[in-house]
Formats: sequence, C-alpha cells, structure tokens
Amino acid sequence: MASATKELVSKPIADNNPIILQVLGICSALAVTTKMSTALTMAIALTAVLCASNVLISLIRNHIPSSIRIIIQITIIASLVILVDQLLKAFAFGLSKELSVFVGLIITNCIVLGRAEAFALKNPPLPSFWDGLGNGLGYSVILLVVGFIRELFGSGSLFGVQILTLAKDGGWYVPNGMLLLPPSAFFIIGLIIWGVRAWKPAQVEKPDFKIQTAQQSEVS
Amino acid sequence: METYFNLFISAVFVENLALAFFLGMCTFLAISKQVGAAFGLGVAVVFIQTLTVPVNHLIYYYLLRDGALAWAGLPDVNLSFLGLICYIGVIAALVQILEMFLDKYVPALYNALGVYMPLITVNCAILGGTLFMVERDYNLGESVTYGIGTGVGWALAITALAGIREKLKYSDIPAGLQGLGITFIATGLMSLGFMAFSGIQL
Repeated sequence: MASATKELVSKPIADNNPIILQVLGICSALAVTTKMSTALTMAIALTAVLCASNVLISLIRNHIPSSIRIIIQITIIASLVILVDQLLKAFAFGLSKELSVFVGLIITNCIVLGRAEAFALKNPPLPSFWDGLGNGLGYSVILLVVGFIRELFGSGSLFGVQILTLAKDGGWYVPNGMLLLPPSAFFIIGLIIWGVRAWKPAQVEKPDFKIQTAQQSEVS
Repeated sequence: METYFNLFISAVFVENLALAFFLGMCTFLAISKQVGAAFGLGVAVVFIQTLTVPVNHLIYYYLLRDGALAWAGLPDVNLSFLGLICYIGVIAALVQILEMFLDKYVPALYNALGVYMPLITVNCAILGGTLFMVERDYNLGESVTYGIGTGVGWALAITALAGIREKLKYSDIPAGLQGLGITFIATGLMSLGFMAFSGIQL
C-alpha cells in the first residue's frame, strides 16, 4: 500500500478518531453497544454506508452546485441507508429489530455527512474510499471496545455465548447490571477518552482557566 | 386525556431522547458550553419536533403505510421502504420554511435562533422522534404529544448540561479528561439521575 493511502486509513483509528476526537456520530455509538452482535452489525453498516457515500459524492463532486450540496448529500446517504436497512430486514431480521431506529439514524450520523463535506467534496474517488474506510474503522474500534466491556461484564457473555458463568446459574460471576443501562456507555467512552489522551498527550484540550499555584509571600 | 399526559411525562423524563436513547448527542455536546445558546437551541428543537412528528405521521399514515393508498384505488401498494428519505426531506424542508417564516414575521426569534436552525436538520433527535413514532404506531394525537414531549425533554437536558459545564470550567480536572472526557462523565451522571424517573406511571 502506498504511504498516503496507509495514512488515510490508519490516521482516523487512533490519531484522529471520529468519535473520541472529532466528536462525530456519538448517538449510535452509545445506543447499540449493549451487545457485541448489535455493535458489530452497526459498525459494518456504517462503514459500508460511509465508503459508498464518500465514493459516490466524490464522483459527482464537480457537478454539485455548492448551494444545494447538503440536500444532495443527504439524499445520497438516505438512499444508501435505505438499501442497508432493507438488506438487514431481509437477511438478519432479528438484528434489525434489535437495532430498531438506529439503522435509520445512520442518515443523521454526523460522521457520514461530516466526511462527505470535509473530504469527499475535495478529493478524487479512490482516496475518498480510503478515508471512508479509515473513519469507519475508527468508529468500529470504539464501538467494539465499548460493546466488549458492556456485554462481558454486564451479562457475562460475548456474542451471546456465555463466558463467565452467572451466579444465578450456579456460577461465580455476579453481573454488573449498570453496564446494561444507558449511563455506563457515557462513563466507558469518557474513560476511553482519558486513556487515549494519556497515551497521546497532543489531543489534550486546553482548560479555560488555569489554577494558579498559591504564592506565599514572606512576612518578616 | 390521561394517556396523553402519561405519554408526555414519559417522553420528557423516562424516555428522554438525549439521556436514555443518546439521540442528538453531537449537537448536545457541541452547543452546551453556555446556557443561553443551549436554551436557544432547545427552543428551536421543541418547535421543529412539534411540527415534524405530526407531519411525518400524516405522511406515513396516508401515503406510505401498507395499504395506505387505498383511497387512491391502490390497496396493494406498500411504500414504507421510502420512509427514511421522505422523513429527512420533510425535516429539511420544514426547517427551511420555518427559517423563512421566522425571518419574515418574527425577526426577534429568528435572530436568536438563526445560527442553530441549519444544525437541526442533522440532529438525530428529530429523525429519531419520527422513527419512534412510526415504530410504536402512535395516532395523530399521540404524535403531537410525543413530539412536544421529546422536544421539551431534549431542551431540558441540554440546558441542564450547559449549566453544569459553565460551573465545571472552574474545577481542577486531570489533563486527559479536560473538555470532552469530563463532559461525557457529567452526562453519564445526569443520565443516571434521569434513570430515577423510570417506572413512573400516572
């Protein structure tokens, strides 16, 4: 792989992650992560839509008048999402019921529109594809990490397979019920952000106010 | 009357779109640095939500649903797969119309909300409200109530978070948590607080 391509794909995963640094597409990242299976489906669906929309928008980028570009982008994205939604309904009906409205909400997922605006409108199709793939993977990584923590410790299983035997089935593990509730997703992402920023200090935001170290004046 | 009231309370507190379903999180985190701006955006969301949910309900009920076109002599047509593209179109159009209407007739409100209007089109809370309405098969009265309720709930949540963040900036936060990290954790705590409402029935 050429180095430019490699950078396009790998950069969004840790250095410029769409969720924890660009603050895009958080809604679905939090809501579908109680189970690995839903998190994985959502990750694949979003990555597919993102790659396809980036390529399509980049193909017609020279023909879109800038005053109506948003509505064109939304229409393209909405058509792709309908496609994904229908595919899921046809081949994985159970999963599509569990994801309920969140597949539809890929339309308003800011990652898709954000990348179309920021990258696909200015670059040829192939780099746009890599950019879409990279950002999709960055999103997927966070989703899968959060899903892993929530499913393993919240219900003792992974992909529905029991890993830790629960106390109520005669095992030893007492599940942490809070991990299945909405607030835990916020805490986990908050802690992931903390971890990543401890690892890469360049991402740390500047505080609005600095706390002054107290100066003691000598009185004699 | 009681069912409507119940639905309203549950849409505002129990099933708060922002804190229980994580909808509209991007704007929620981005525009919650100041109470004034957050409140303005909240009002705009209430406005749009109250309009879009019932309008989308009518579109779904009379045009898209399985057998909805019976009045036009086409009882076998099911257009529900076109739902998503119609809803997002309605939302984008309504936001535009409201923007022009406010610009002409209520300039004071327009100036206050102006900046936030376009942001609302891509706010997942709006589309989410519509999709939940379709999924749960609300009738027209319930859609109106649900629209107002979810809008108010979202506005309440963002205003409250902005209040917390205004105070937070004076606190001594570890470097890595500064900004986004601590905001997530504060939102988590708020969401924990809202969990206390669950199970409330009137």
